[in-house]
Amino acid sequence: MKPLACLSLVCLALLSSTAMAAVVVGSKIFTEGYVLGELAAQTIESAKPPVAVVRKLGMGSTGILFQALNSGAIDVYSDYTGTLAEAILKNPNLKSVTEIRAALLKTGIVISAPLGFDNTYALAVREDFAQRNGLRTISDLIRLRDSLRTGFSYEFMDRQDGYPGLAQRYRLGLDPAHVNRMEHSLTYQAIAQGAVDVIDVYSTDAKIREFKLRVLTDNLGYFPSYQAVWVARAAFVAQHPAQWQALRGWENHLSQSTMQDLNAQVDLDKRSVAQVISGFRGTSATTDTIAAQIGRRTLEHLWLVGVSLAFSLLVGVPLGIVAARRPRAGQIILTFSAITQTVPSLALLCFLIPVFGVGTKPALAALCLYSLLPVVLNTFTGLRSIDPKHVENARAFGLTPRQILVRIELPLASSALLTGIRTATIVSIGTATLAALVGAGGYGVPIVSGLSLNDVPTILTGAIPAALMAWAAHLGFNALGRVVIPAGLRAT
Amino acid sequence: MLVLEHISKSFDGKPVLTDVGLVVPKGATRALIGSSGSGKTTLLRITLRLIVPDQGSVRINDQPLSAFGPEAWADQIGYVPQDGGLFPHLTAEQNVTLVPRLRGWPPHQLRARITQLLQLVALEAELLRRFPHELSGGQKQRIAIMRAAMMDPAVMLLDEPMAALDPLIRSTLQQDLRAIFQRLGKTVLIVTHDLGEAVFLAEEVTLLHAGKVLQTGSYRDLLLAPADPFVTSFINAQRTLPDVAQLR
Repeated sequence: MKPLACLSLVCLALLSSTAMAAVVVGSKIFTEGYVLGELAAQTIESAKPPVAVVRKLGMGSTGILFQALNSGAIDVYSDYTGTLAEAILKNPNLKSVTEIRAALLKTGIVISAPLGFDNTYALAVREDFAQRNGLRTISDLIRLRDSLRTGFSYEFMDRQDGYPGLAQRYRLGLDPAHVNRMEHSLTYQAIAQGAVDVIDVYSTDAKIREFKLRVLTDNLGYFPSYQAVWVARAAFVAQHPAQWQALRGWENHLSQSTMQDLNAQVDLDKRSVAQVISGFRGTSATTDTIAAQIGRRTLEHLWLVGVSLAFSLLVGVPLGIVAARRPRAGQIILTFSAITQTVPSLALLCFLIPVFGVGTKPALAALCLYSLLPVVLNTFTGLRSIDPKHVENARAFGLTPRQILVRIELPLASSALLTGIRTATIVSIGTATLAALVGAGGYGVPIVSGLSLNDVPTILTGAIPAALMAWAAHLGFNALGRVVIPAGLRAT
Repeated sequence: MLVLEHISKSFDGKPVLTDVGLVVPKGATRALIGSSGSGKTTLLRITLRLIVPDQGSVRINDQPLSAFGPEAWADQIGYVPQDGGLFPHLTAEQNVTLVPRLRGWPPHQLRARITQLLQLVALEAELLRRFPHELSGGQKQRIAIMRAAMMDPAVMLLDEPMAALDPLIRSTLQQDLRAIFQRLGKTVLIVTHDLGEAVFLAEEVTLLHAGKVLQTGSYRDLLLAPADPFVTSFINAQRTLPDVAQLR
């Protein structure tokens, strides 16, 4: 084995990824989240004194962003008063901004005054469907309770102020078999094609107009107020007062129609978020070129893959050796690595957030755990499949156990070992795209934002480089095999 | 001189060797013969120090096994495993030089010893660059003998050296082996199940059966003065070709 080559690759990735002290802006994973996140980023960038800004847009939903804020992984993002009261403070009775601000301040979080628009949840149906069935209010849906099919987003289904509370208040009693959960950006396609009858929308969604939907009146006044505010760490406000003042400049300056318009430019006109915000602020867009973006993400991605690869070598190979030597420990090791592999990657990322916070750490931890099984298992099988007579002969020649491992067993198992490392690498190149969901960057960033903005070209700027990297890894390992695997084994 | 004295060994309470004694005088070639299950492999592994006997001792030139470290003992016994036992990932040369390199031999010493041994086993130097799968059965055995002789051991131990060879090569190699042993002047123990081979290569044979030594002696002794009825039936069981008179 020559792990030196692999290690030097990792060191290269280490050197090129340097940490810098900058303001980190996060955002939620839907169009308005990206728009407000970019608005915050550009506002901070243009405030004096200048400060570097890192964009971690589209990180996830409220829970992940708040976790990120608390751990210091991000400094500021935008959220809504209703969400803060319900999902963070767990107290829906807090109605006024003043009450919510006071409660959050105790946890070291500062919020601005409302930015001026109210993006509440609403239920929407197709205009023709509404006319045919005489639908105006949410209560009108009760008449159709047996046949009504819904396409509700995951967050709406899971939040107490979402579907569960709504169904209770309106006594909707929908057939559970017809209550479908789906990704929010896909619900519009679903309702347009008649696959579902009613979806949850945000009242500033540009697509309400595009898809000719009718928003049903909340006749019982169920949905709380969702006024957009900036949410920031108190430490950020203290360190960058000028930047915070600049952000507060937007208070009461974004109307419902302004927001709908900005969302529409991104969703309907397919313009980039950066361009839309620059146009809105009257500045020219100073975004990275695509090449620069891909370059930066390549380094981030290499860092994620490189570290997990180094981990799988330094930990997985010795574990595989122990497993092959000691049957009882081997059972435990193999079972543990197999179990980590069966946990769905998204779930594993979520489990790791409480432990590691948000950002690169949980992503690296997940990737390390994932790359473990192929390496451990292949080391184990590689060593176990060696003809025992070779080991016995080596002992008879007076080789020490260490010499037998290094000179006989590992070279004989090198082909299996390399296959394990190759599998681990290619799996982690693919899995690392999910790291964007916890703000770890990499090729997953354009994939995740492209998915939530329903923007295929953006998805491709992440997907194609990821595929190319996997292909390059494949070729690289073929070349490495010619160096590492002894010629006497390759020919047979 | 190789001396095995009062060796007994049981696995899970089942005796495999019972009070086995064997003496190979210095410079002599001895064959250890027996059918499978006779305990000859266990005796071989005890001699190689791969397993420890329940009782008894192994000595080389009057020094007990316990007086040597594991490496020093291995260097005293030049071992030729079944089918040569070359490591498939190493070239013939790497196989031959594996142990001396670990002992820190300088290159000129390695070269000199290789030249010497190539002559002994009658092989071309070019073959050393090949991997085991590129060598014939006879060539593999000769490389394995070179490897065993590298450290200039006191004793050579060969395990079924001809088992995997076809008859013509086997016959050539048997004659060469006899010459090699004579030239080396080493104490040699050959483990085999083939009486013809044993008699051809060794002055005396030791017949092992069910974990006990039945008889040690020349072929003549075994044939004319069998110590046990099994000795006779073992000799008779060796299939010989019918001669011309029988065919007519």
